[in-house]
Amino acid sequence: MTNMKRRTLLKGTLAASAVGMAIGAGLLTPRAVLAAWPKDAFEAKSVDAVVNGLFGSSELEGNDKIKIKVPDIAENGAVVPVSVEVEMDGVEAISIVAEKNATPLTSSYNLGPNTEPFVATRIKLGQTSSVIAVVKAGGKLYSTGKEVKVTIGGCGG
Amino acid sequence: MRKLLSIVAALSVAITLPYTADASPEQDLKDFRAYFKKRFPQVEFNEFGNGVYAIDAASRAQWEAIEDFPPYEVAIENGKTLFEKPFKNGKTYASCFPNGGIGIRQNYPKFDTAKGEVVTLESAVNDCRKANGEEPLKTKGGDIADLVSYMAYTSRGKKMNIVIPNDPRALAAYERGKAHFYAKRGQLNMACADCHVTNAGNYVRADLLSPALGHVTHFPVYRSNSGSMVNLQDRYAGCNKQVRAKDYPLQGEEYRALEYFHSYMSNGIEVNGPGSRK
Amino acid sequence: MANTIKVRAKLAGDVTTVKALVSHPMDTGLVKDKKTGKVIPAHFIQEVTCEHNGNVVLTALWGVAISKNPYLSFQFKGAKVGDKLALRWVDNKGESDSGETVID
Repeated sequence: MTNMKRRTLLKGTLAASAVGMAIGAGLLTPRAVLAAWPKDAFEAKSVDAVVNGLFGSSELEGNDKIKIKVPDIAENGAVVPVSVEVEMDGVEAISIVAEKNATPLTSSYNLGPNTEPFVATRIKLGQTSSVIAVVKAGGKLYSTGKEVKVTIGGCGG
Repeated sequence: MRKLLSIVAALSVAITLPYTADASPEQDLKDFRAYFKKRFPQVEFNEFGNGVYAIDAASRAQWEAIEDFPPYEVAIENGKTLFEKPFKNGKTYASCFPNGGIGIRQNYPKFDTAKGEVVTLESAVNDCRKANGEEPLKTKGGDIADLVSYMAYTSRGKKMNIVIPNDPRALAAYERGKAHFYAKRGQLNMACADCHVTNAGNYVRADLLSPALGHVTHFPVYRSNSGSMVNLQDRYAGCNKQVRAKDYPLQGEEYRALEYFHSYMSNGIEVNGPGSRK
Repeated sequence: MANTIKVRAKLAGDVTTVKALVSHPMDTGLVKDKKTGKVIPAHFIQEVTCEHNGNVVLTALWGVAISKNPYLSFQFKGAKVGDKLALRWVDNKGESDSGETVID
């Protein structure tokens, strides 16, 4: 019974008519229907704790099929463009972790069935740090990282 | 005049560009361009409008990533809305500007011979407001930055065209701006020229110094630093603050003179504002 | 809060590329206001969802380290030109906004 409900919500025939209208009419706050925000993972202070908090495991396999694009030297630590592209099938989630940030988890992306394993955003880095992409695919966790240097000082401030 | 001459005397040791009080603006501009062409031979003239991104590939790549969907787009949209909104008396900004205010940014600052002073786009916006019974806008950030961002956007591709009419007052304003640019100031005893002419392309700690040629074309800028739009004179204030120099009022005589000179030096380079910077 | 979302969606082949720019302070809660000396409380988007034809294509879970005026780009298959795409965000204060675009 719950399976059917879930499938309906995801496929949208019910969502479009009832849920969608209810959101539009302000009857349902988006918070009520969206995934719960993983507080523990976002407040975790180590990469291991982040991954555990997100996926219940911290066993990561290195993988060269994860292409992470970040600058070698960030022009400004407040806005660092990051993109992650995965050359694997069955990617369910991509997370971007900044190892040396006080709370390393910057963001996590849950992909729909037809969604490509690619995501791009702009993140804040508190200091020189590895930026690690954690990928969940086929029930396993993979990761790859790249170091980004963050420098401060001069007249740009 | 005496003050100007004493500044000139003090400067004669400090700078590498030939600086004579009676050189014409046209000659100054020739020398300015020649200096930067020699210093950055690989940079095509119009590319100087991209500042550090014309001389550093790594930061250019990050800039291009941001330009893919730049936050200043919000300022342009907001600026357009503000620009088109009528004043309480029913008139709009279009009534104060040539061509209804569209595609004119490249001509500012201009010397208003009737008023006898330099008019910047920001001061013209506020003059328009006052003439139509509205309160002037704050001279930095917020609405004025958005308005000027929109107006700059409508001038994209048009070459900077600052005119110095044959009027001693205009020339005096130009010379005042030039003096400011080359004068060492503040506790750190640095001139605009020290960083942006002599040391353009070098680093001051972690920051790459942009060449002064093409400096004004991309303002106002969305700064990643503050996550907000910054007008040109706001940046003058920032630079002076950083060398711990005297603060001048935004849109006051001193900064308008500086902007007049500074913009004239970018003549011939296409407007590409608003821009994105660190 | 209205009009905080700018979103574009372009179809090339069978892949739709979505790019979004959201106006939001993304305050970390770690910065002091220079004038008052008081900490600016954390105020950041926690969830962004994108829906196509009623299907959730992406759920982005964000923290304070996403830059101010955040950017997001992703891609998905199965759309046609003219389809609608909806983007919604909710922040830690319970504020939200939504926007729509047409895939071109």
